Amino acid sequence: MRTAILSLCAVLLCPLASPWNWATVSAQSAAAKPDSIAGKKLFQENCSTCHGLDGGGGRGPNLHTPKLKHAADERSLRALIGNGISPDMPAAWFLTDDEVANVASYVLTLGRVPQEKVPGDPVRGAAVYTHAHCDMCHIVSGLGNAVGPDLTDVNARRGAGQLHQTLEHPELTIPDSFLLVEATPLSGTSIQGIRLNEDSFSIQIRDISGHFYSFRKADLKELKKLRGTTPMPSYQKRLSATELDDLVAYLAAQRGPS
Amino acid sequence: MRVLILLVLSASFVRAQVPFTRIVDADKEPGNWLTYSRTLDGHRYSPLTEINAQNVANLHVKWAHQFPDPSTEASPIVVDGILYVTGPNSAAAIDGRTGRTLWQWNRPLPSDFVSIGFGHTNRGAAVLDDKLFVATLDGYLVALDLKSGTERWSARVLDYKLGYSMTMAPLAIDGKVVVGVSGGEAGIRGFIDAYDARTGNQAWRFYTIPAPGDPGHETWSGDDWKTGGGATWVTGAYDPELKLVYWGVGNPGPDWNGDVRPGDNLYTCSFVALDADTGKLRWHFQFTPHDTHDWDSTHVPILFDAVVGNEKRKLISIANRNAFYYVLDRTTGEFITGRPYAKQTWAQGLDAKGRPIMLPDSQPTEKGALIWPNANGATVWQSPSYSPKTDLVYVSVREIGATYFKRTTPYKPGVLFAGGGENELPPDDVWGAIRALKAETGEMKWEFKLLSPPWAGVLSTAGGLVFSGSDEGNFYALDAETGKPLWDFQTGGPIAANPVAFNVDGHEYVAIAADRVLYVFSL
Repeated sequence: MRTAILSLCAVLLCPLASPWNWATVSAQSAAAKPDSIAGKKLFQENCSTCHGLDGGGGRGPNLHTPKLKHAADERSLRALIGNGISPDMPAAWFLTDDEVANVASYVLTLGRVPQEKVPGDPVRGAAVYTHAHCDMCHIVSGLGNAVGPDLTDVNARRGAGQLHQTLEHPELTIPDSFLLVEATPLSGTSIQGIRLNEDSFSIQIRDISGHFYSFRKADLKELKKLRGTTPMPSYQKRLSATELDDLVAYLAAQRGPS
Repeated sequence: MRVLILLVLSASFVRAQVPFTRIVDADKEPGNWLTYSRTLDGHRYSPLTEINAQNVANLHVKWAHQFPDPSTEASPIVVDGILYVTGPNSAAAIDGRTGRTLWQWNRPLPSDFVSIGFGHTNRGAAVLDDKLFVATLDGYLVALDLKSGTERWSARVLDYKLGYSMTMAPLAIDGKVVVGVSGGEAGIRGFIDAYDARTGNQAWRFYTIPAPGDPGHETWSGDDWKTGGGATWVTGAYDPELKLVYWGVGNPGPDWNGDVRPGDNLYTCSFVALDADTGKLRWHFQFTPHDTHDWDSTHVPILFDAVVGNEKRKLISIANRNAFYYVLDRTTGEFITGRPYAKQTWAQGLDAKGRPIMLPDSQPTEKGALIWPNANGATVWQSPSYSPKTDLVYVSVREIGATYFKRTTPYKPGVLFAGGGENELPPDDVWGAIRALKAETGEMKWEFKLLSPPWAGVLSTAGGLVFSGSDEGNFYALDAETGKPLWDFQTGGPIAANPVAFNVDGHEYVAIAADRVLYVFSL
């Protein structure tokens, strides 16, 4: 999610790799029934780096959901796998249309499995969320601050396992679109915040109190990309094991408007 | 509207004829852009000086033109104040003063057309005499009347149902139009064709994969050659004195699994020099024998003359997708020198004849192997530029590594035949640059770093400037001597096209396509 512009209009950007018309391919794709078992193997080989081995999410979203954010049905899911979502998801243009159909078929099985059972209690978890002041940095259903990701539909991106890991080791699961940077102007003090966008000549940043900054890189003394660093603390020791389970249960219930 | 167009036409179509002598003598009319790279030697260099290092900061948008299709990769042709632009199966003439369309042409794409491994795109046209030449995705070379856009003839070059296509700008040489084909991921047998510019009759064909009995066939085994790939999808160059056409050849098929095609697989990943009259092979040079990384050698080459040792030589240089820069003798194909210009982890270096000395663990595996550059790394189809003033070659460099893996893919006509694939490193682990290389050696003089790997080509000018674009939409000018950034403009769309410079009413304009908009700048 480097730039909003790119995500909107760069579907056909990569002149060799991504931009071929998968919709056309799919329309005439083989009549054989897709094989979700074969699709699972292909998924683990090609997709699990971002979506997790079981599709529970990671750098890419959690796929254990009955409603995929970018694909309304199997046909559009095949097109999406073939074309990618530039610049976030590469096109699987090297898979044949049968292989793409198999992967799509497997991904759709993920949405049919029942919601995962989590040990905690979501009602108690809501109280933990408040006491731990998560709303200082996150929004749920319109309440809170937008320093970190909006959590209204966080379960669409991350399953319970991922959420647990984030609470304990937030530095290991920083979303791509939340890179922390520190910009030092030629004159004036340093600004630390989340990179909202960047190109070769400029960068746009939102700091922890929600202020937007737009810098020309030529006007900066230094621009540090604090990869692996996050303003979010670890809650491993701040919360008890039960509180963590409850908080995970509360967050796993945040699936957005149905 | 009609009256206005008539006025512009009368003002601009003074000559409306582009005999081959005008293209050969392009430097006599620096305000025009008569062939893909402006000159037949592939330089993409403009002798114009009105826009220069002192005043480029004042550059502003003169007009913009919206294309019917997104992701434009076209490089305009400019003749006497009129721009000729192309899209997938389309072309148009545009008034250079205002950006208004003068005529438009398109040819419907068959509903069963499928592009395998590339986009619905077109990179430009060629002009010769009274015609504009456009190659279509579904395999026709079409000659349009320069004045009206009406079809004069069309020649069927290929069968798209087998995975062939065309996306490049044709190259007009003396009396002929040369084209190459896409389809290197579909198990095609590549070729380069020439057509009589007047009639559309085929003049010759050169197959890039030699048949039984032809020299080079011994580098294949069994029937491998029939699906050997060797696409020719980027415009080449021409030396009118030697009467040689220089053209790059793409990867062998299947791309990533070399086990099924033992041997060097000539003439894939090579440059070929063809006799312009007959299409016969004069020489070849293979950059990546038995390629397994999809490193097409489909580049615009740079023809230049320089002293090597004590002797003035006619040279050709290629910044190759395998991350090495090569200088060859363009009369004989003899290897002169070569060195890496981008990050690479596959070769120890080049031997005395220019053949790579492979490193271990540099091949795709079942599990996947991390290798630099990736399949779209180092540089791809985007044009380099050569400035005779600085004697530097400016290359748009993509620094990406990828995990390459191989698979078993049976050949089926008209279906992807890749034999594997790759997973690119994530966006924050890759970057780009414009690098200025000394033409005779490839030694780097300067680089300008970019946030991400670019798809934009390079234009250099006698005004001491280098223009290029970024994936994030920046169109920018650098100092040609130092690489210092002097000006930039956010176009709002990713740039995957080559810039051009020309004159309208005696004043210099610079143009670049960004997504679906052609921007034209002047002082």
